[in-house]
Amino acid sequence: MTSQLTFRGRIQEAFTAGVPVAIETATRSRYQRRLAAAAAFPEMEATRDRARDIRSEALRNLDAYLGQFVDVTTERGGVVFFAADAAEANEYITELANAENVRRVVKVKSMVTEEIRLNTALEHAGVEVVETDLGEFIVQLAGETPSHIISPVLHKNRYDVAELFAAELGVEYTDDPAELNDIARKHLRERFLNADMGISGVNFAVAEDGAIALVTNEGNGRLSTTAPRVHVAVMGMERIVPTRADLAVLLEVLARSATGQKLSVYSNIVSGPRRAHEPDGPDQLHVVIVDNGRSATLGSSVAEILLCIRCGACLDACPVYRHVGGHAYGSVYPGPIGKVVTPSLFGLEEWHDLPAASSLCGACQDACPVRIDIPRLLVDLREQTVGHASRSIRTGLAAYSRLATRPRLFRLATRAVALFGRLWSQDGWLRRLPFLLPAWTRRREVPAPATQTFNDWWRKRGA
Amino acid sequence: MTEPVQLFVTCLVNSLYPDVGKATVRLVEQAGFRAEFPLDQTCCGQPAYNGGFAKEAAAMARQTVDVLDETEGPIVVPSGSCAAMLTHHIPDLVKDDDSYVAAARRVANRTRELTQFLVEVGHKAAPVECDERVTYHASCHGLRWLQILEQPKSLLDEAGVTRVDLPGEDECCGFGGLFALKMPELSTAMMDTKIANIEASGADVVVGVDVSCLMHIGGGLRRRAGAIRTKHVAEVLAGESE
Ligand code: SF4
Repeated sequence: MTSQLTFRGRIQEAFTAGVPVAIETATRSRYQRRLAAAAAFPEMEATRDRARDIRSEALRNLDAYLGQFVDVTTERGGVVFFAADAAEANEYITELANAENVRRVVKVKSMVTEEIRLNTALEHAGVEVVETDLGEFIVQLAGETPSHIISPVLHKNRYDVAELFAAELGVEYTDDPAELNDIARKHLRERFLNADMGISGVNFAVAEDGAIALVTNEGNGRLSTTAPRVHVAVMGMERIVPTRADLAVLLEVLARSATGQKLSVYSNIVSGPRRAHEPDGPDQLHVVIVDNGRSATLGSSVAEILLCIRCGACLDACPVYRHVGGHAYGSVYPGPIGKVVTPSLFGLEEWHDLPAASSLCGACQDACPVRIDIPRLLVDLREQTVGHASRSIRTGLAAYSRLATRPRLFRLATRAVALFGRLWSQDGWLRRLPFLLPAWTRRREVPAPATQTFNDWWRKRGA
Repeated sequence: MTEPVQLFVTCLVNSLYPDVGKATVRLVEQAGFRAEFPLDQTCCGQPAYNGGFAKEAAAMARQTVDVLDETEGPIVVPSGSCAAMLTHHIPDLVKDDDSYVAAARRVANRTRELTQFLVEVGHKAAPVECDERVTYHASCHGLRWLQILEQPKSLLDEAGVTRVDLPGEDECCGFGGLFALKMPELSTAMMDTKIANIEASGADVVVGVDVSCLMHIGGGLRRRAGAIRTKHVAEVLAGESE
């Protein structure tokens, strides 16, 4: 899943190929919608605080809440499996599919199954997997990966989709959105009916009563989790909330933050497999709880990132994301959240350049419904990987810090720079600096140092 | 005896933009305070902090706290990001150093960004001669850590400056300290968007509260050889220097 390039390499590639305009327009307009939704909800700020408290409490006592969740689920006839890593999760699910003679799986969009590459594992095991979320379906059809955590296909416009459908589904070319929707719906409907297993993610799992909340805007969630005989819900270990009342609060902020809606169109609550008196529902419910680096993150200095409810708001707000798109991050988790989650789950050494790819503008923290201090977490990760900084930056900063902690020396040094200013500047700007800062001067000029420092001016003035 | 105000002018103003410091002095005096300048101030450590150089940043932070804590009165900073460094990040950097926690807190509580200070003390901006159209770019750290947005705009309006709105005024210009050097392609791509918005605003001058962002935007504008210039808000509000 890692491309060989560094982040810087990938963005250069993205710039050369041309980042789709769709990304910029879509993120911007959704960002505005979100602001409007928040403005129309007077309790938004207080609800964000409550949401953060709920998530913090869940993480503080994660073991206890998970235990409670497991007990209730088991009591109701569900099976819970703890997977330490991706391999364990995939093995459990593929073995289950084999044991149950599953030939076709319908899936509802889920980030954690992307994270563990479940589709690949199932396909290797000879199981056909159909993504049922429209965006995810398109991504799957194109053989790509999602570029946004809630809008997987943000990088495509409808003409791209029209061409893809015509080529892959053997339908006549149309770029009418309603018709495209119809084509996908027809194609998927058949597959729902003869699927043996439905696999979903989990937005939240409620500890007190074992409820699993699944939020979609297309209704595919409901179909995928009730029509097939077996339902497998895959959840990140941190996705727990203590009570139903807590769930209600989180659903409020999730919908508003994800899409600017008051509530998502379908909030699907699953509690256990079908019981004797119930008309429909799966015969079996399996909940796979995935650790895959989360325990380690919980014990680390960036544990705060586990508060995340995967709403995608920080991606839309992020000027870097808007400029490069999701694929440039090289991970299933792009954007500000991805810059912390990817290194902490998959290894900081390998992903050390993601935390560096931020101007620390803070737009993500502003947008985040649970107020995760992403800039601080990025600085923390930078501190841990400071050895990767280039030699010139390291020695430059060390020297600067030595000067700046010796005021008299600092004064002399800045005076020397002022002298340099006197020699060099004609119009106050330098086009380039000999041997220095080509990264700056390739596209920007440098202001020449002033001929007298403020410090010297002040001393003269006082005299 | 007028109340003293301590100026923390920042390292960039000291070496590259002393006129911004001089304009800050005039504004603080116009507001009825006595400007003082602790001579041993150097750099707050922000570039090191943002870059992940915690050790170097903490050393500069301690030096800054030492110098400022022995003075009196509000600390006024003509930079949103350096002010945010003093109010937010320095206390965080020294939080495990018992000998600095209290002092860093005291300094943080006394610190104000320049326009924030002027508005808080009820300063009315004096009318200035300015026949150019200006637009305001909201630098991120001042905006998001200190809520600096309306203060500079209202002061500019009070001073009778013709101000036009900047589309995407709260979007990052792509400077970001070391980020500008480590990721130059990305940094300048963000700058291109900012400059396109500035051009669309129809302004002759971009005004901001941070010389660092202005240096980046200005350096890009300058390379394009267009006519748009950058100015720190203090320079506009204080009128031309004598
Ligand atoms: S970090 Fe915050 S804004 Fe970003 S996806 Fe997670 S909850 Fe949403």
